Amino acid sequence: MGNRSIVPFGPQHPVLPEPVHLDLVLEDEKVVEAVPSIGFVHRGLEELCTKRDFNDYLYVFERICGICSFGHGLGYCEALEDVFGAEVPERAKYLRTIWSEMSRLHSHLLWLGLLADAFGFDALFMQCWRIRESVLDMFEASTGGRVIFSVNTIGGVLKDMDSEMLSAFSKKFDEMEKQLKEVSDIFLNDYTVMRRLKGVGILTKEDAQRLDAVGPMARASGIAVDIRKTGYEAYKDIDFEVVTSNDCDGYARCCVRIGELFQSFNIIKQAIAKIPDTELSVKCKGFPNGEAYARIEQPRGEALYFIKANGTKFLERVRVRTPTFVNIASLIHILPGSDLADVPLQILTIDPCISCTER
Amino acid sequence: MANVKKSPWMMHYDGSSCNGCDIEVLACLTPLYDVERFGVINTGNPKHADILLITGSVNTQNEPVVKQIYEQMCNPKVVVAIGICACNGGVFKDCYNIKGGIDTTIPVDIYVPGCAARPEAIIDGVAKAVELLQKKSDALKEGKADEA
Repeated sequence: MGNRSIVPFGPQHPVLPEPVHLDLVLEDEKVVEAVPSIGFVHRGLEELCTKRDFNDYLYVFERICGICSFGHGLGYCEALEDVFGAEVPERAKYLRTIWSEMSRLHSHLLWLGLLADAFGFDALFMQCWRIRESVLDMFEASTGGRVIFSVNTIGGVLKDMDSEMLSAFSKKFDEMEKQLKEVSDIFLNDYTVMRRLKGVGILTKEDAQRLDAVGPMARASGIAVDIRKTGYEAYKDIDFEVVTSNDCDGYARCCVRIGELFQSFNIIKQAIAKIPDTELSVKCKGFPNGEAYARIEQPRGEALYFIKANGTKFLERVRVRTPTFVNIASLIHILPGSDLADVPLQILTIDPCISCTER
Repeated sequence: MANVKKSPWMMHYDGSSCNGCDIEVLACLTPLYDVERFGVINTGNPKHADILLITGSVNTQNEPVVKQIYEQMCNPKVVVAIGICACNGGVFKDCYNIKGGIDTTIPVDIYVPGCAARPEAIIDGVAKAVELLQKKSDALKEGKADEA
């Protein structure tokens, strides 16, 4: 047995855009145990529902996280629509689907960039973020915001995309797909990149099941779980493939996310082709009363929203279970055995989103 | 430190923001906005940094971290608060775990409001920070440490 020492990692660390702290127990250079401590971003947003009325709270809710903001707004609206018993118009459902997939595109591209940064490939990081900017441009054109959109409302959406905009977007997506193919070729086939990703952070299928991994983390361990297949919003009319891999390592997670990017293009194309012409929203009158759940497939995995309303303008309880919270258990499982220098990369492979987790 | 304004190094710390301003700060470094063309480099070491960009507000757990980073930075230094929650708490003001803006903990020189702050606004804030940095550097040279 070598010398044991404890190395603190974070909360401020060059590779982490967000603060998370780990105490790494090392034996020489190998990690034997990782003890996480979180709470640096905790704000107490769930409690705020008793201070802001339920319409206003939607805008607070979107700010749980700037990367997954659209999905959070969507989950909240879906749960409240369930309470109201409102039937959302078809066009709104399709628009929500398109925006959800655009969120996935920008989130995965962001992740690919950060991953490249973590293994020290700065040019690749820049390329990914350059491609990502075109998604943000489209978001800005269609919603008015780059990261916080506020287009969801209880009972539908607030903004429309006309056919001109949709066809312009399809052209842009085609272009993006071409650019992405070039970039993904480096991620998937470059010798150096493969050396950094292959065989690190093994999470077997059994462990993934036991630790309740969600999203790309689970799919990279061979579990084909995807909440989009439950058919919320317009996903019921759209044909897409759940990308999985059986390699269980960092490389598999990268493959899965790249595969999902191409699936997102496919979903958006189908949605644009099928989008019906209806109203954008229905009115939900009065105050909500009752409780409801909603499940959404966020870029990082399944997110669950619970809402309890009591007939007043303030909600009684709001609860979110975010994908990163679940995946931290897997992270703690995969860290032992890796080199200290590999730790930042390992943390990135789960695509942590701390501000979702801590709210 | 005569020509500090020619290549200021910046450091970014995420207080308790929603990530929105966070990724916009990163977006400033990437090809579309590219602040590196002004000589600005993002560094992870507080001792290397001249400008500290903080997104998000202060809560009980990250307060010592923010203080520590600020104290580790060498003079002259400039603090830029990015986003409305770094300025005064913003949308999270009423949350039980939020103490308020960054200026409740460390002195802030430049405020960049917005939710999320746009990259253009962030770059503008950094450009203003560079001017201030030069002034502080000159003051230090003249021996007026209290003005820096």
